[in-house]
Amino acid sequence: MEAKAVNWRNGLVWTWSLAVIVFLYLPSVCLLLASLTDSRYFTFPITKWGLAWWAKTFNSLEIHALFNTSISIALCVTVISVVIALFGALAFARYEWKGRSIYQKIVLLPIFFPQSVLGLALLLWFNALGLDLSWKSAVFAHLVWIVPVVTLVISIQVYSFDPALEEAAFDLGATRLQVFREITLPVLFPGIFSGALFAFLLSWGNFPLSLFTTGADTTIPEYLYAKMVAGYTPGVPVLGTVNTLGATVLLLGGYALIVWWRRSRLGASKE
Amino acid sequence: MAAFNGPGPRNAAPLILLMLVGFAAPLLAVIGFSVVPARTFSLWQLPTLENYTAVFSGTNYISFVYSLVFAAMTVVILALICYPVALGLVRVFGKWSMFMSLLFTIPLFVSENVRLYGWVLFFIKNGVLLGTLKTLGIEPESWLFTQSIILFGMVYVYLPFMLFPMTLGISMVPRETRDAAFDLGATRWQVFKEVDLPLSMPGITIGFLLSFVLAVGAIAEAKVLGGQRIIPVTHDIEIAFTYAQNWPMGSALSVMLMLVVGVLVLAVLRRFDLDTILGKK
Repeated sequence: MEAKAVNWRNGLVWTWSLAVIVFLYLPSVCLLLASLTDSRYFTFPITKWGLAWWAKTFNSLEIHALFNTSISIALCVTVISVVIALFGALAFARYEWKGRSIYQKIVLLPIFFPQSVLGLALLLWFNALGLDLSWKSAVFAHLVWIVPVVTLVISIQVYSFDPALEEAAFDLGATRLQVFREITLPVLFPGIFSGALFAFLLSWGNFPLSLFTTGADTTIPEYLYAKMVAGYTPGVPVLGTVNTLGATVLLLGGYALIVWWRRSRLGASKE
Repeated sequence: MAAFNGPGPRNAAPLILLMLVGFAAPLLAVIGFSVVPARTFSLWQLPTLENYTAVFSGTNYISFVYSLVFAAMTVVILALICYPVALGLVRVFGKWSMFMSLLFTIPLFVSENVRLYGWVLFFIKNGVLLGTLKTLGIEPESWLFTQSIILFGMVYVYLPFMLFPMTLGISMVPRETRDAAFDLGATRWQVFKEVDLPLSMPGITIGFLLSFVLAVGAIAEAKVLGGQRIIPVTHDIEIAFTYAQNWPMGSALSVMLMLVVGVLVLAVLRRFDLDTILGKK
């Protein structure tokens, strides 16, 4: 292959990929623009720039309540799903056992399933059990989908985990708890951390499952949807932009943290 | 209970319990509700198939076909868009690869209806696109509320679900195998057909499957962008459960959707060894 042809092709791949990125972020840019106006309705080019709707949104008591509901759900989901998924991932990737291959497929099923249908199925099931719906039932609904995702994320880390480390610690007389705390947890930490990040963000942004399972409580995505369908205010793009920026900061920050953590560990082992 | 001893099953137990109570049981409830008489709310009745015959004698099957056709089109378009990007992530971007992956991941974490609403602001009359064109003196009709923009929205929302499995697939092609093929005189097309494609097939197939399954369940695109120009089956299901108060009908439609999805997923997944795909060494 000639170098020139390769360069040309790589250039095409870069151009195409950057175009796809523009395509992915264009709506977020539109949301940002629409939030930066002081007028009630969005017209472009913007005539009255301003942050009035940002102030209004941040001072609104209704938004504070929505925020509380969303964050309670996301935090509960993060904690519970990381615990279940950590053990789930060890069973998925670390241990050899008889039912493992079937188990792996069961874990994947909820991911390969339309969420709106899952939400309705859960609604039906909660009703059949006679449960009252609230943000707590939404936590359960989110878990059904998010635990498998987090299990996969942690499993990828577990695959690169050398079981000999654990065995060496046992040989040196460590107890089961010590091995878990001193070996398993630190080695798997990057996976657990990414899993927690995924869990939080996926729960925070979820709409189809929340829609059917929150009962009288409302999360931010549900509120935004209701406003989009009827009663647009520039508060919608404000909240949308906050969500996008929040996710960006968390993910880039999280990534930087993992890179830093890996480097410092590498540095420590070299000394 | 010998089968439940050992570290594997013990660690798997909480997750399996969650799947039984939160996934298997609700689906069984749906199946149960699909065979009780229409507009009733109790499971304990004589089973009947009237809901299923009603699906085919009414208009519901049309939305079913729409959903399947639109999902299939989404998958084909996504495959064409994503392949070069996936190739880039594995072979071209080098040290930028991780950062580029992050850029493709971030939108996943913002609600799809929020991002679709960004497109509404882009395409709406006096919005970003038409407002700009207006200053240039061009005033075309808005693209919103048409059938094709629903497809556009689906391609937009499900892009990462095609891209990442595909990237995983392409990264499974060993460099040495490609180099060897080139050294033995294979043309670019031959290498693509005989080496790249077959070896990256597990990832590509999973990308197809994942984006198809999720696209069949799409509902927000038609509501937010399409102005209900097309009624997807998920919308029919939602209506049956909410306004129409006809749970058995909604359940029958859900069961049909679950069958399509379930058969596809099980047929594809059983052919793959997940350990190899997810990177067991």
